[in-house]
Amino acid sequence: MDRFTLPFEEPIREVEHQMEQVRANAELKGPEREKALKELEAQRLDLIGRIFSALTPWDRVRVARHPSRPTSAEYLGIVFDEFIDVHGDRRFGEDKAIMSGFARLNGEPVVFLGQQKGRTTKEKLACNFGMPHPEGYRKALRVMRLAEKFGLPVVTFIDTMGAYPGIGSEERGVAEAIAVNLLEMSRLRTPLISVVIGEGGSGGALGLGTGDRLLILEYAYYSVISPEGCAAILWRSGDEAPRAAEALKLTAKDLVGLGIMDGIIPEPAGGAHNDPESMGQTLKRVLCQHLAELKQTPLDRLLEQRYEKYRRIGYFLEGRVERSPVIAKAEQSAAAERRRQRREKPVEEPKAAVEAKPAT
Amino acid sequence: MSPAIAKKKDIPEQVWTKCPGCGETVFRKLVEERLMVCPECRYHHTISARRRIEILTDPGSFQERHADLAPTDPLNFKDLQPYADRLKKYQHMTGMKDAAICGSARIDGQEVILCVMESGFLMASMGSVVGEKVTRSIEDAIELRVPVIVVCASGGARIQEGVVSLMQMAKTSAALAKLDDAKGLYIAVLTNPTMAGVMAAFASLGDIIIAEPKALIGFTGPRVIKETIRAELPAGFQTAEFLLEHGFIDRVTPRAEMKREISRLIGYCGPGAYGRRRAAARGTEK
Ligand SMILES: [Zn+2]
Repeated sequence: MDRFTLPFEEPIREVEHQMEQVRANAELKGPEREKALKELEAQRLDLIGRIFSALTPWDRVRVARHPSRPTSAEYLGIVFDEFIDVHGDRRFGEDKAIMSGFARLNGEPVVFLGQQKGRTTKEKLACNFGMPHPEGYRKALRVMRLAEKFGLPVVTFIDTMGAYPGIGSEERGVAEAIAVNLLEMSRLRTPLISVVIGEGGSGGALGLGTGDRLLILEYAYYSVISPEGCAAILWRSGDEAPRAAEALKLTAKDLVGLGIMDGIIPEPAGGAHNDPESMGQTLKRVLCQHLAELKQTPLDRLLEQRYEKYRRIGYFLEGRVERSPVIAKAEQSAAAERRRQRREKPVEEPKAAVEAKPAT
Repeated sequence: MSPAIAKKKDIPEQVWTKCPGCGETVFRKLVEERLMVCPECRYHHTISARRRIEILTDPGSFQERHADLAPTDPLNFKDLQPYADRLKKYQHMTGMKDAAICGSARIDGQEVILCVMESGFLMASMGSVVGEKVTRSIEDAIELRVPVIVVCASGGARIQEGVVSLMQMAKTSAALAKLDDAKGLYIAVLTNPTMAGVMAAFASLGDIIIAEPKALIGFTGPRVIKETIRAELPAGFQTAEFLLEHGFIDRVTPRAEMKREISRLIGYCGPGAYGRRRAAARGTEK
């Protein structure tokens, strides 16, 4: 198979090539062949471990953009039992950059929204390389309202370079479409989980991603601006993208550290594209776990927690006191404790999200 | 002597100014008298947040709130220059801690909460402090049961605060949902330029949205769109007038009429805000 290979993946591909040769070698038989394969597999895993634990933020961006990285559509078949897609914003048109519909997660009905990049050239063109137009965000809101109406939780997959920068997009108010989603998602009366599966490109990602839980795959990234765009503005050279990627603190681990993301979902060795099936199974398990927690929370409390989750984001000084999400979180816990005592009944705090195995 | 034919050597620099709108050299005093609007072409010059407050509110009525809020450097961000140094530079230049000022004021005697962005401070990009001030202004308005007005001007989210600044979009928009639930009035005033992250949040969410003439308003910057589509942009693309035509703002209003227009709108919507009128009719006003 002709596979796209990133420069730092080449040593791994080399070992894989050797494994293929062993398998194809008719002279090697039985235990000898097994032993050779076992050794090579150990070598492969060791290489992956060493290479992927040393990835720079820019390398991670490249993994997130890997042409073989699984898309929303590819996960659909693994994560969900079935999917009935629905279309159109009832205003202007249908935007294939965002998939939407009803799905069953381990038998439980949910509404699924996923930014879709496409695999083949034809698919990529049809869904505009995963860059939504205003009608995509408006369709998403329409379907989220269906979810609210029929009491279905919402699962969104984020994977976009950003909303499409074009004339039609501006004429039809892409900024307004995103803004309205942010406002309405904050008060949508149903559980909402967002997972960044690849690229989290700025406002175009945010317009589908302000849930009760914000999760991110191990090698996905989320940024206020693309590293190239940042480099062009601040370094006045697109070539400085690796430095910009470093400065932007856009990796999964950085984002958990900043108090933005609730959890990192570990990827299979060498990244999701090496084993989409196992990545999908992990996604399914993690989604089921979070959904079960969210469904236990009374809706009023869920919405209160959702508001607080975004309300507390920000780092600033006030007088001489430094405020940070960490401090705010402590205050929030204290407030929850006071409420608990008042009500004289235990209220469950959200459990710590799934942690990734440390990268280094 | 006509302003247009003023000669540089006749008049000291402070007396004349070159208009970026029409390119004419005009008397600075004349521009100032017209609230920094060009008498020749009606070009609306950028004005400071303080000056904007003077123009929009009753004299002496503005009382600043949350003045202690100051930025930090959560990412320890450094490009060609450390973010911390940039902050110091702009703080020195503008005399402000960050790119917004907020407080209570009166407009023709009507109590309001006003938040104004300062484009002289890092292009009024929205970081934690701007996001927090806008959010607190909305919360103050709900608490005091008065209208809230945000005068927007921004290049977008503040890159140097990374995703923390992106999340200010979610935070401010969620606060506006609370205001909406409480039936509070929010007027967004869009000035040159109002772009990107700010436009994709509170700037687009006003019950009433008013823009200054010819202000640049949009999501993606015109240069990036041009590079993406590899074609020329239509004349007047992303101006206030363009947005009016496409149905995304309510009015385009010259600076000199802005206060009176806001005042009249509050006359219609303000008294009904927070369900006061209905509550009063039932005699249950709290
Ligand atoms: Zn002029």
